[in-house]
Amino acid sequence: MTHHVTAFLLISSLLISASAMATASTPNTTDFSQPEPGEQYPGGSTSHTKRHDKKAFSHPSANMRFEQTLDFKIGNGIFRKIWVSSPSSTTASDGLGPLYNARSCMRCHVRDGRGHPPEGNYPDDNAVSMFLRLSIPAQNDSQREALASSRVAVIPEPTYGGQLQDFAIQGLPIEGRMHIRYTEQQINLSGGETAQLRTPTYSITDLGFGPLHPDTQLSPRIAPPMIGLGLLEAIPEAAIRANADANDQNNDGISGRANTVWDRVSQQTALGRFGWKAGMPTLDQQNSGAFNGDIGISNALFSAPGGDCTDHQLLCLNAPNGNTPAQDNLEASRVMSQLLLFYSRNLAVPARPDFNKPDVLAGKAVFYRSGCQACHTPSFRTAADAPGAEQRNQLIWPYSDLLLHDMGEGLADNRPEYQANGREWRTPPLWGIGLTKIVNGHSNFLHDGRARSLLEAVLWHGGEAAAAQQAVITMPKQDRANLIRFLESL
Amino acid sequence: MKFRKSLIALSLTAAVLTGCNQGNVQSSAAADVSSQAVLTTYADIAHATFEDSLTTAKALRVAVKQLLAAPTDANLQAAKDAWTAARVPYQQTEAYRFGNAMVDDWEGRVNAWPLDEGLIDYVASDYGTESDENPFYSANVIANKTLTLGGKTIDATVIDKKLLAETLHEVDDVEANVATGYHAIEFLLWGQDLNGTNPGAGQRPVSDFDTANCTNGSCERRAQYLMAATDLLIDDLQEMVNNWTANGAARQDLFGKGEQGGLATMLTGMGSLAYGELAGERTKLGLMLHDPEEEHDCFSDNTHFSHYYDAKGIKNVYLGKYTRVDGSVVEGASLADLLAAKAPAVDRDMRNKLEVTEAAAQAMVDAAAKGQTFDVLIGENNAQGNQMVQNFVDALASETKAVENAIAVLKLDDIELEGSDSLDNPTAVLAE
Repeated sequence: MTHHVTAFLLISSLLISASAMATASTPNTTDFSQPEPGEQYPGGSTSHTKRHDKKAFSHPSANMRFEQTLDFKIGNGIFRKIWVSSPSSTTASDGLGPLYNARSCMRCHVRDGRGHPPEGNYPDDNAVSMFLRLSIPAQNDSQREALASSRVAVIPEPTYGGQLQDFAIQGLPIEGRMHIRYTEQQINLSGGETAQLRTPTYSITDLGFGPLHPDTQLSPRIAPPMIGLGLLEAIPEAAIRANADANDQNNDGISGRANTVWDRVSQQTALGRFGWKAGMPTLDQQNSGAFNGDIGISNALFSAPGGDCTDHQLLCLNAPNGNTPAQDNLEASRVMSQLLLFYSRNLAVPARPDFNKPDVLAGKAVFYRSGCQACHTPSFRTAADAPGAEQRNQLIWPYSDLLLHDMGEGLADNRPEYQANGREWRTPPLWGIGLTKIVNGHSNFLHDGRARSLLEAVLWHGGEAAAAQQAVITMPKQDRANLIRFLESL
Repeated sequence: MKFRKSLIALSLTAAVLTGCNQGNVQSSAAADVSSQAVLTTYADIAHATFEDSLTTAKALRVAVKQLLAAPTDANLQAAKDAWTAARVPYQQTEAYRFGNAMVDDWEGRVNAWPLDEGLIDYVASDYGTESDENPFYSANVIANKTLTLGGKTIDATVIDKKLLAETLHEVDDVEANVATGYHAIEFLLWGQDLNGTNPGAGQRPVSDFDTANCTNGSCERRAQYLMAATDLLIDDLQEMVNNWTANGAARQDLFGKGEQGGLATMLTGMGSLAYGELAGERTKLGLMLHDPEEEHDCFSDNTHFSHYYDAKGIKNVYLGKYTRVDGSVVEGASLADLLAAKAPAVDRDMRNKLEVTEAAAQAMVDAAAKGQTFDVLIGENNAQGNQMVQNFVDALASETKAVENAIAVLKLDDIELEGSDSLDNPTAVLAE
């Protein structure tokens, strides 16, 4: 292995020469005979070169100043912290729920990695690390206006709110349980190969607060991996917007759209970057929303102590909360949110030891030839004024454009979120995807974990990606194998 | 987290030069110190400290057997005392954890923390028993011979080492499902500390182990668990002692890194334990949250000693000197000697910082003797106690700066302070 400092120097010199064009993603390569400069380090100089073991997603940015590592560790402590219900003797740790999906961040983002669907419906398994979002279509003009102007993401289900919490503190019923039924279908591939795809159908059992609104929309979501989030935040907005092509004016069949969402700090609309439908503008708001919605912890940006409980859930609203003066009259103080932000911003993307292997490079060529890179944008340069010092001025390789794309009927959740319609999803970053098995012990992919392998995930791509999907179905099987090798090397 | 030559390092280099000009160089023998000899001392101390951990764990086993044979208050106290004594050498090994991958990979089996005690035994009713997303949170293996998860049934009819190590530990991928090691044993001996940030540790009645007059049920299984966990601890410690013998794997790993790589490993262990782990996760977090759940030895209220001996272990590595539990001393060529020869001012600064840390830890030990244990010190309305804990954090931070300077002086700038993985490739350290 070449000494990485050398590579970093190389990257920095590239940065200097290219700083003038910092507002665009970097040009795509056409040479697959050798690796591109820097692609060994997908997170630029934040990338870690530690072992690819089950802790591979839990290391801090490699370029972090030593003084900062204390904050990273404390942030990790908050991330794994197990919350308890109020009142308790530990006022800094209470405030759980009353309704919740998990008692700690780490419980869903196991080892900072990817969630998975339950192995069976209740009581065979529980659905931690995956839940259902809920909403209803706009019921009146004022709701329609709120949605159109991006002041709200969705109209929450009137009784159950924006998501289904399948746990509750003692004395309260749970909201209900997600129930999944899968049906299998076979896909025939070239070279006599086949693949099995399982199509999920979602419903809710054991409703605890009465019937759902008849028009309730469900959207299943697994917990996404935590690596590289600070780098995604550091991509200049103009660079993301430059790839948008809402009306497909270049006629490539791909119409990337930017989501427009509400920023709770600036009190204005902003570009959506985070979440399966790019429904969150900043990492802080993403964290804070999850803190409140998933664990039920009030914080500076989402201050409801009852989390996602609604006016129709009086038991929930009236339960004791954990707001205390010592925590800024919240359950999680501002300092706590800041440490959590610092931690989540600095979970490093692992380096790619196999970046220069012939089959990996061959697979990379297949990836480009099939058109995957049209949405899975290989690389960007991060902004010089990004919020985190570690993330500034880096050449990064997320393989995502952070834009919304129509993925076809097969993947549609039919639940809009801000400007994303029911068939659109944000291109998820691919970095670290090959380590899922090592870190999390499974290979479930896509927003609801329905795919059980990278190949299945590729084959689910429809809509704008239908041509790429067809290419994969019909390509020589060695090409397909190389494509998977490339993905595994990320 | 790489070390770069910081302003501080530069300013200290200036200080070093001043020191030399004043002719303030230490003994001439120090000039001949070989890095190889320093590494040998380091490995010898590792062996001695793990061996002492094993010896004291065996003494704990004797005390546990005595307790189970005759469950009296005196025997319970004797077992607690043996556990506390066993922590003294073990905590001093922790400076070896960071930097030596073999130790770090193994550590979770013996010292994993924090733990969801409800997996092991009964807990207070307000601990919560329902609607939890960690299904093993209140599984209580001692009371239940079978557990079910994900449609899979775990047969816990027999509580033995195999069940604890291979089935229960980190079951369901939850790291808080700690079934083995010092803290599992600690919980069994002390029980839950229900005093919050008020004085007092766990108060398990000895009748919990009395099969004739059993309290809280399943005394026989509780005894089985305690015995199995103690036996397992001894197995695990034996394994690590073997790793540091003359041909042991950990010693070979260390020397395989070369002299510079080996020295880097030593400083990595010192700095990473001092800063992120001890100052950060084990001290500052609990202080910030005023939360006794974040206390390291939370059942026994032994955290002051646990922290004190962590700090001492760092000092041992630097000075190349370890006082064994029998009073004998293992010592030899040290990092201190190397530094004293190359940069006496840096060495003096480091010694000074280590002393300051030890004094800050001693203050917590003294406070504990007066009833102000760590969980009391971090309480929300204990400004004086909070400051005492903060002093320890500050001392560790300052000590880590001294480590950084030592690294600069020894030209090990490109090492990483936590984990050892980049050190697997010695050129990653040597190239610059």
